[in-house]
Amino acid sequence: MKSSKISRKDEIAKIKEKMIELFFFANGVLAIVVLIGIFYLLLSEGLPTFREVSIKEFLTSTRWNPVSYSNPEYGIVGMIVSTLMVTFGSLILSVPLGIACAAYLAEVAKPKEREILKPIIEMLASIPSVVIGFLGIVMVGPMIARIFNLSNGLNAINGSILLGVMALPTIISISEDAISSVPEEYKQASLALGTNSWHTLIKVTLPAALSGITAAVMLGMGRAIGETMAVLMATGNAPAFPKSFFGSIRTLTATIAIELGEVPYNTTHYYSLFAVGAVLFVMTFMINLVSDIVLHKYGEGEN
Amino acid sequence: MANEQIKLMIEDLDFYYGDFQVLEGVSLKILVNKVTALIGPSGCGKSTFLRTLNRMNDLIEGTKVDGKVLLDGQDIYDKGVDVVGLRKKIGMVFQEPNPFPKSIYENVAYGPRAHGIKDKDELDHIVEDSLKKAALWDEINDRLDQSAMGISGGQQQRLCIARALAVNPDILLMDEPTSALDPIATAKIEDLIENLKEDYTIVIVTHSMQQAARISDYTSFFLMGEMIEYGLTDKLFEKPEYKKTEDYITGRFG
Repeated sequence: MKSSKISRKDEIAKIKEKMIELFFFANGVLAIVVLIGIFYLLLSEGLPTFREVSIKEFLTSTRWNPVSYSNPEYGIVGMIVSTLMVTFGSLILSVPLGIACAAYLAEVAKPKEREILKPIIEMLASIPSVVIGFLGIVMVGPMIARIFNLSNGLNAINGSILLGVMALPTIISISEDAISSVPEEYKQASLALGTNSWHTLIKVTLPAALSGITAAVMLGMGRAIGETMAVLMATGNAPAFPKSFFGSIRTLTATIAIELGEVPYNTTHYYSLFAVGAVLFVMTFMINLVSDIVLHKYGEGEN
Repeated sequence: MANEQIKLMIEDLDFYYGDFQVLEGVSLKILVNKVTALIGPSGCGKSTFLRTLNRMNDLIEGTKVDGKVLLDGQDIYDKGVDVVGLRKKIGMVFQEPNPFPKSIYENVAYGPRAHGIKDKDELDHIVEDSLKKAALWDEINDRLDQSAMGISGGQQQRLCIARALAVNPDILLMDEPTSALDPIATAKIEDLIENLKEDYTIVIVTHSMQQAARISDYTSFFLMGEMIEYGLTDKLFEKPEYKKTEDYITGRFG
């Protein structure tokens, strides 16, 4: 009697365990289903583009003029280059600044300073991108125009600066976590060898935190490449091939945002915007994949 | 003891964490090319004392030192003493093996590189020499470019010793270097210490009295932040002068 009771309890526990397992499995699967669903949507709506436009033209032509009556053109190279320009421009700005700031917070700042500074920096991430776009138009733009003597400041530099600002909190916050979690023992070992704290930071702490910092940069980059509103407002919206950082540009995201609202359904123009979305998707996917591989390789070498 | 050369002379050293006094009036002589063991129950201040000798306690905020630590006659707590240069002269090995997450070679080359040696041949030579001194060369010379995280704990600890030796210190401070190791690895480190004292002055903190008895020439017994007794290891373990020392080494407390 007694023993059967115990085994029944066991049974219930087993079922419970199974259920919990299933629940987490279902959650994991859900994320993948959503991802595949989005990709399917982009492909199924985007592929009809190529009934009228050749893939070659789509991916190699620099002219984007889908509303032309006589000769619509669907080349997205200009937008891809624009997107890459503002993305890397923003990284040039935000990566050194972000890592330096993270290193300061983690290694130099007193606990009290860190307690105050870190939440404030993270608050920067909660500023809506439209508001950042405001700043781009009324503040950064005129400043750029004045400094470089241009007619207006709505260009790739402006976009890079705004995206840099937007990527900063991500990069700082995650890098700071990575640097803080480097074991104290490494630093002590380095200092005990008669190196100063600067040398220790550069040669031991930052390399040990590199995987986390890389992740931080990639996330910041992900934010920059997918960001729409700020670049839409601040880069001038010229769907032509960008001539320089001082020229107006239009990114992949801005193009979708501007045109999707006005495009007639089920036209080639409509489909092509989904194709643009798919290209953007593939770009971010590649970035994530590459960073994953890099991280993995690095991790293997070091551990 | 009289005609031995004194490497480190500690005079009336007090140490505080904030308001809490950890060390009280510690005076001690560390002799050249001898192994000096610091023993005592947990929390007696022996590790803290060890870390005052290369000023590692400076890294902890709110600490204060009174008294003198004379290295070859010069007080290391004098204003204007270059802490970085000091730590080059006084190497340290920690309780847990703490190699950098770099290759074995890079671990040993780290110190010399930091002190400006760039020549590849010279670095190779230092790495080989240091690993040989740490009795590790024969075991790992075919995989110097592999990660130091992949070797055993005992090997890691000897690697840390090699890393400390690579900057050519006079003194080696060891903070319970075998407490995280198995008996075989411990025996290897103890043999190593025996050999190293020919070239280096060694101060070792240990919680194992047997270890202190096995490897040290002099032993110093700490209790509640005070140095109770100091003397030749054989004498201290056989005929301690003080009752407290005797109680501790006979296992009556601690």
